[in-house]
Amino acid sequence: MTAKNTQTTTLHINGYTHVLSIEPWISLLDILREHLQLTGTKKGCDHGQCGACTVLVNGKRILSCLALGVMKDGAQITTIEGISNGTELHPVQKAFIEHDAFQCGYCTPGQICSAIGMLNENKAETREEVQELMSGNLCRCGANKGIIDAVMAVKEGGYNE
Amino acid sequence: MNNFSYTKVSTLADAIHEIDGDIRNKIVAGGTNINDLLRYFITKADKLVDINPVSEYNSIVRLENGGIRLGALHTNADTAYDPIVEERYPLLSKAILAGASAQIRNMATNGGNLMQRTRCYYFYDIHTPCNKRDLGSGCSAINGYNRIHAVVGQSENCIAVFPSDMCVALAALQATVNISGPNGERTLPFADFHRLPGDTPNIDNNLIHGEIITSIDLPEKGFEKNYSYLKLRDRSSYAFALVSVATGLDIQNNVVKEARIALGGVAHKPWRVLEAEDFLIGKEPVRENFAKAADLILKGAQGYEHNSFKIELAKRAVIRNCMMALNPEVQRPGAKPSV
Repeated sequence: MTAKNTQTTTLHINGYTHVLSIEPWISLLDILREHLQLTGTKKGCDHGQCGACTVLVNGKRILSCLALGVMKDGAQITTIEGISNGTELHPVQKAFIEHDAFQCGYCTPGQICSAIGMLNENKAETREEVQELMSGNLCRCGANKGIIDAVMAVKEGGYNE
Repeated sequence: MNNFSYTKVSTLADAIHEIDGDIRNKIVAGGTNINDLLRYFITKADKLVDINPVSEYNSIVRLENGGIRLGALHTNADTAYDPIVEERYPLLSKAILAGASAQIRNMATNGGNLMQRTRCYYFYDIHTPCNKRDLGSGCSAINGYNRIHAVVGQSENCIAVFPSDMCVALAALQATVNISGPNGERTLPFADFHRLPGDTPNIDNNLIHGEIITSIDLPEKGFEKNYSYLKLRDRSSYAFALVSVATGLDIQNNVVKEARIALGGVAHKPWRVLEAEDFLIGKEPVRENFAKAADLILKGAQGYEHNSFKIELAKRAVIRNCMMALNPEVQRPGAKPSV
């Protein structure tokens, strides 16, 4: 690692602008957790197999473990810390509580960010389609039924971001 | 992950210049596979060249010949949900949506999909011999746990499979791959893009280092009336195929005029057997004929200790998917078998 290998990178995260000097091999996930202490985004597998690190980049859900921070220069990023409106929880957060959609909670930030991304994409109508489009987020506690119930409740309740 | 430098380019010429034909300089676009390969020291890089700003190749355009051109930098998700692709090439849309997860499809690009590497467990485990990772070290899969491995087209040096779903549909649709490099432009038929392992399993495809995929062309014919993609795997979503099948049929007056059948998960490249497709021409689209075609496709297949089941599975999948293609409405999200 040499100083000349760092890149100045600007990330707009949850409404705040961060100008960082980072090495090109650092993942967006590690920048969030280790450089900015935004530890709500979880590191599960760290190689694209579990979805725990899901965040929204320019409105789209992606895996922050497979993204290099330098490649997101200028991007608008929303993490779990940025989805509520002050103390007012996001509708998906409320639905997760109402439908008992978590046990240990480790996958929950990724599940919620993924659900918001999926609802914005507006490609799932049926429960089977929701299950398919949420399959990139694994829950090992067995809360999947509650998670899909929560997402369906938000869909059927009329979703407004 | 080894330490590498990073540069972002906004023109194709700059990208080719930065790569400079050096194997240690790598292109990055979606990054969903290369970041993984770098992190686990399967691939090393001195420099990553980020081509995302080359906006010229991030779109889908209609071609004068009636086909369409898929930009290499267009994402898999945007391609699958493109109205033209959904309407005229639903086989491609379904295949893309059967692959990876929604998050990965939002990141992954069309060019990158062709360039992704096998998910053979031994290829990913740098502590085991693997001819694809380290030519000459041996193949750990042949006498190892080979449940996901190839049953056709393999060699004594490598039994890895190519993991893409999108490429199975592109093979069936007879796409062509547009390439640019230091020596100009060229086009490869899809069937000639990926290669079989032979004595050099370390080489996945016929791209010369320093060349870049710029776009993928689809011919006019999309088989939108009779098509199906079926993907069979150990869990019903977010897993690579044990066997997948892309079928496109052109049926007129209950007679097959043209048939395309490509398989994924069984070989080092999307697997087509033209003899089987030709056999169906002029025949009725019925189970018995699809079964004969399936036998031709799997002719000469060889299984190993843990994957011989794939041969019969692939035959049944071909028959099932051809039957599903007769009534595309029965297809389910994630290319699961029809109910």
